[in-house]
Amino acid sequence: MRRARKRGREWGAALIFLAPGFVLLVSFVLGPALQTLSLSIQDRTGFVGLANFRRLFADPAIVNPARFLQREPPWGALFHNLVWVALHLPITVGLGLVLAVVYARVRRWWVGLARGALFLGIVTPMIVGGVIIRYLFEGHSGIVPQILGALGVGRPWSGGWMAFPETALLGLILGSVWLWTGFSMILHSAGLSAIDPELFEAAQIDGASSWAQFRHITVPLLRPVTFVVAVMTFLWELKIFDIVYVATMGGPGRASTVLALEMYLAGFRTLDPHRASAIATLITLFSLPLGYWFATRRLRR
Amino acid sequence: MRRRGGARLASLVAILVGIVWLIPFLGIVMSALRPSRDVLYGWWRPPFRFTGQNIVGAWHHPTASIAAGLRNSAQLAVFATLLPTLAASLMAYGLARLRFPGRGGILMTIGLLLAIPQQMVAWPVFQILNRVGLLNTLTGLVLVHSAWALPWMVFFLRGFIETLPIELEEAAVIDGAGRFRTFFWIVFPLMFPALASAMVLQFTWVWNDFFMALILVYDPRRMVVTQQIPLLRGQYHVDWGLLSAGSLLAMLPPLLVFLFLQRYFVRGLVGGAIK
Repeated sequence: MRRARKRGREWGAALIFLAPGFVLLVSFVLGPALQTLSLSIQDRTGFVGLANFRRLFADPAIVNPARFLQREPPWGALFHNLVWVALHLPITVGLGLVLAVVYARVRRWWVGLARGALFLGIVTPMIVGGVIIRYLFEGHSGIVPQILGALGVGRPWSGGWMAFPETALLGLILGSVWLWTGFSMILHSAGLSAIDPELFEAAQIDGASSWAQFRHITVPLLRPVTFVVAVMTFLWELKIFDIVYVATMGGPGRASTVLALEMYLAGFRTLDPHRASAIATLITLFSLPLGYWFATRRLRR
Repeated sequence: MRRRGGARLASLVAILVGIVWLIPFLGIVMSALRPSRDVLYGWWRPPFRFTGQNIVGAWHHPTASIAAGLRNSAQLAVFATLLPTLAASLMAYGLARLRFPGRGGILMTIGLLLAIPQQMVAWPVFQILNRVGLLNTLTGLVLVHSAWALPWMVFFLRGFIETLPIELEEAAVIDGAGRFRTFFWIVFPLMFPALASAMVLQFTWVWNDFFMALILVYDPRRMVVTQQIPLLRGQYHVDWGLLSAGSLLAMLPPLLVFLFLQRYFVRGLVGGAIK
């Protein structure tokens, strides 16, 4: 009897503690997400099953297998996102790991400065990041084409990268390495500081080289951190939008378009909510399993 | 001998990466502070004359005034930080300390919401704000950002609350304090480090957001600063001086927040991701 009343009181308290957040979540996140899901299986006339998705996979703006790996982009937004993952993920995750190790070892005044430069990428708004990337690869005034031109490399590498289909996507991807490597470095640094230094001392006494220590102590012990970084990097790459919007708007000729941009164009330029919802659902399907695992792994522990 | 070679290589890598990472930033700083005609063929070429003209031009720009954008962004970021912090603290406490049926299900649902991209809610959110008359207002944008922050904040704060000793709360309850008094007088003050991290991160993310603002606010006078950056670009030719100046002004607030509150920023990132 008393216990039942106690439990009832907890319900009341829980209701009040949860209510403000619950209202916000249901009206602006959960409700809209379900509505997008339902829009993605309808058209103006009503339920159409997976027709919107079939149309997406037949659309060269989304998937263009005929061109893929034979010629320069456009390969379709989905492939562009996947190329982004294939290049950006190993570079940023790996470089962040190496830099974390290097910066932990080298103790000079300029290490703080170098780390600070990497932090710049994390705090810079992505839209400004897009401007910076565009400026790096600009034809006459950008530093990358000018250096390549001085080294004797021909066009399009010594021209404005964003103006050519061969180079636009690659330029954006390389530029996004600038924005993201700092994140990977911070997390790896944090993981590194949690490793018992005695392990390294013992290895040193046994005569292990720096490389052997890195290979057999650092990398294996950091593996959980590296995995988390890789998951978050993957989710970031799937949602990439701002830098493409401001640097190329997906051009030239859709050669650097990505899923999130196609979703925006469909939803808010050509006003086709069904296509937009199908693209959004596609992005969600890619990110949900890993994202959900990531979010709830602490609950299970 | 061999070890020294390794250390030298490491130093070389460290310094090289530092330089490579500084160059893009240096580029927009230089082009923001130099006359446009001096940087036509590269911001690294002499003569090095400096001017405040680009900054002033961006600040008072006729169609995309950065001054107005900064003001709007500041308002947005402050309110879209305070509101979700309060709502998420309450929710996190409820989910960490109260026992009630459906708790596990709610946590799982929030976990799912944490994993969806902004694009998944964009169209319906536009429709909802339109229906309630909050489209094209900063209030609407505050609500959307607040809701969007809740999943990660609730998880982050809930994790922190669970590390707090429960004895303090039990003592308060024995002294006759209710759940609310216990929360506001005992737990909330103890949450300070986690709240500071959450607020620093949320402020930066809201300030840096572009997508939500792009679709929900279109009145030029109400646009936030990230929205004005593409507008500064110009239609036919890019004025890099003006664009760099605007970019520099837009990234200054998050940069300052980071410089002064770096500890909380990094702790938040690390705590949210690893622990």
